[in-house]
Amino acid sequence: MSNGGHGLASGGPDDGGPDDGGPDDGGPDDGGRAQETAFTALLEDNAEDLYENAPCGYLCTLLDGQIAKINTTLLTWLGYTRDQLVGRRYFSDLLTVGGRLYHETHFAPLLSMQGEIGGVALELQAADGTRLPVLVSSAVKASAAGEALLIRTTIFDARDRRAYERELLRARQEAEHERERLQRLVTTLQRSLLPPALPAVPGLEAAAHYRIASLDQVGGDFYDLFPLSRDRWGLFLGDVCGKGAHAAAVTSLIRYTLRAAAVYDDDPGTVLSTLNAALRQEYLRDDRDFCTAIFGVLNPHGNGFTLSLASGGHPAPLLLRANGTAGYQPTPGGPLIGVFDDVTYAATTIRLDPGDTLLLYTDGLTDARTGTGNGRYGDEALHTLARNLAPTTATAAITAITALLDSYSEGLDDDTAVLALSVPSRAGKPQRPAELPPGTMAIGAIGAIG
Amino acid sequence: MGGSNARGRNNVVLMGRAGRPAVMLANGFGCDQNMWRLVAPGLARDFRVVLFDHVGSGRSELSAWRPEQYATLDGYADDVLRICRELQLRQVIFVGHSVSAMMGVLAAAREPEQFGKLILLCPSPRYVDDTGYRGGFSRPDIDELLESLDSNYLGWSAAMAPVIMGNPGRPELAEELANSFCRTDPQIARAFARTTFLSDNRADLARVTVPTLVLQCSRDVIAPPEVGAFVHAQIPGSSLVILPATGHCPQLSAPEATLGAIAAFAAGPP
Repeated sequence: MSNGGHGLASGGPDDGGPDDGGPDDGGPDDGGRAQETAFTALLEDNAEDLYENAPCGYLCTLLDGQIAKINTTLLTWLGYTRDQLVGRRYFSDLLTVGGRLYHETHFAPLLSMQGEIGGVALELQAADGTRLPVLVSSAVKASAAGEALLIRTTIFDARDRRAYERELLRARQEAEHERERLQRLVTTLQRSLLPPALPAVPGLEAAAHYRIASLDQVGGDFYDLFPLSRDRWGLFLGDVCGKGAHAAAVTSLIRYTLRAAAVYDDDPGTVLSTLNAALRQEYLRDDRDFCTAIFGVLNPHGNGFTLSLASGGHPAPLLLRANGTAGYQPTPGGPLIGVFDDVTYAATTIRLDPGDTLLLYTDGLTDARTGTGNGRYGDEALHTLARNLAPTTATAAITAITALLDSYSEGLDDDTAVLALSVPSRAGKPQRPAELPPGTMAIGAIGAIG
Repeated sequence: MGGSNARGRNNVVLMGRAGRPAVMLANGFGCDQNMWRLVAPGLARDFRVVLFDHVGSGRSELSAWRPEQYATLDGYADDVLRICRELQLRQVIFVGHSVSAMMGVLAAAREPEQFGKLILLCPSPRYVDDTGYRGGFSRPDIDELLESLDSNYLGWSAAMAPVIMGNPGRPELAEELANSFCRTDPQIARAFARTTFLSDNRADLARVTVPTLVLQCSRDVIAPPEVGAFVHAQIPGSSLVILPATGHCPQLSAPEATLGAIAAFAAGPP
């Protein structure tokens, strides 16, 4: 405002302003005259004129909303005369009916409680019935003693902005629908990559839990328990590097490779070598596709089972013994699967006696952020949990792990799969696995409790 | 569902002395129990004052909100009764503002023994016009309100949700929020608006058997005088008092008169 620019209109009232105002004394040229007029306009501009003709509406009401003062700009927008409104109408009379409801239930109470409210989108109704989208801000004017006296309201024309906001709102609603669709798709795909329920293995109790870290992406963890023959059972659990559609494709390949490989030769080391070869062939172009996995074969033996196990770079399982001890079961096996050519994996055998429980898990569990500092849950804490649980059962162990995961819901960065096998301590009927609890996928977890 | 207690779920706040007659204050659609800030302290001198937030608004447990449960005012009336039972309140004097007046009507019709008196502040049993009945609004008007709710999130965003839902670690965050008294998840606000403005409780009024006071404002666009007169005529033996107040929230715009009317009826003969 310091210098009247040439851009200012020169058509205003001209009552012969100070003629020494122009910088150019030798006969006012066009530029000089414009500057002179602008200067005059500035001198004449006063608070009253600003109030009346400001580029926004001004409204002053009594505390009950009755209109006491209104500026020319707002009168022009609305098509009313001053006499039609002042002392006769209320602010809410200027609103659409829906806006009036909003005003009474939100705007007026907030203004009363806070003394001010800003940027509320409403629609004014003009005298001819047309609607004007506006943004309204109000403040209560109080006396020096703090007593509320009047309400001052500023009203901005928001036609363009409202059209833009409607677009945003529509886009947002569309995005929400898309997200719902995506989550349904992910849920369906995820289910297809996991056994719908664990089979009943005579003399064995089995339970599993799967937790997806994100509802928007298919997880890369997998597990299965399946019959190899009448009294031999295969099982595996593993973790594909990455997540999303690509990881889902790799997971699918791994599942079917493992099951098919075990049909020809169910030595766990051989099965993992076959998987390694298949991953190397299939994804030769992209050497980032690898996984960790544990593969095992269960054979009934006396009151319990022998379990032949091989691991490809996977965290060691935990064995919770009937005598109350618990420890990691080293499974040397071999390296990550899908990284090197011609790898061999060595199998080890462990015994599961009545009362023993074996816990297989992916590193989503031990990597869960515990919320205290940057700490992760870790192997040590899991070992302690196992010691406290032992002796236990597959179902009880999975229940405990599920509760643990629930408590770290915010701290789960990675998907988590847990598979537990236990031999009931008293010889009994084979344990029937329960169906998937309905709706568990909706909250980000699949549980198959045996 | 059903795991948490009503006190926490509805953010129940108690004022006044235990052992005095209980006055329960229920706010209407829009804001939270702060609506009573100008009358609650006055009532607390003589009564046990019970304040709460409807599930889905204020500092209630948003996670307890279920669309199917709160699709009718009966769901909200259940909560009122649950709070009464849990706090072992007897002969409650229930003050319901706006839509909460009808929650009180439903609760008192169902379990009259819980209630000593009903005070209905700016009540309306039906907002939408019907043949032979003028509620003041048409169906398109209500849709227009839903649109207003959509375009005024009042600063709500998904990022803010944890703060509003109660962040024990950082209580100061909630204090800083402007408009927080009326802040609601837009989805919940829409559902509550629909439940409120599309309900019809005209037939329930005659079922009220407890002494009832209808408090009506002299100028109220949401509950016009003829609606107050209708409520008064339908509830057997009820009284009607017109408050010299403008607008739909006399507890804010005319707190002394509102407090006086509530206290006089609450302390009067049963």
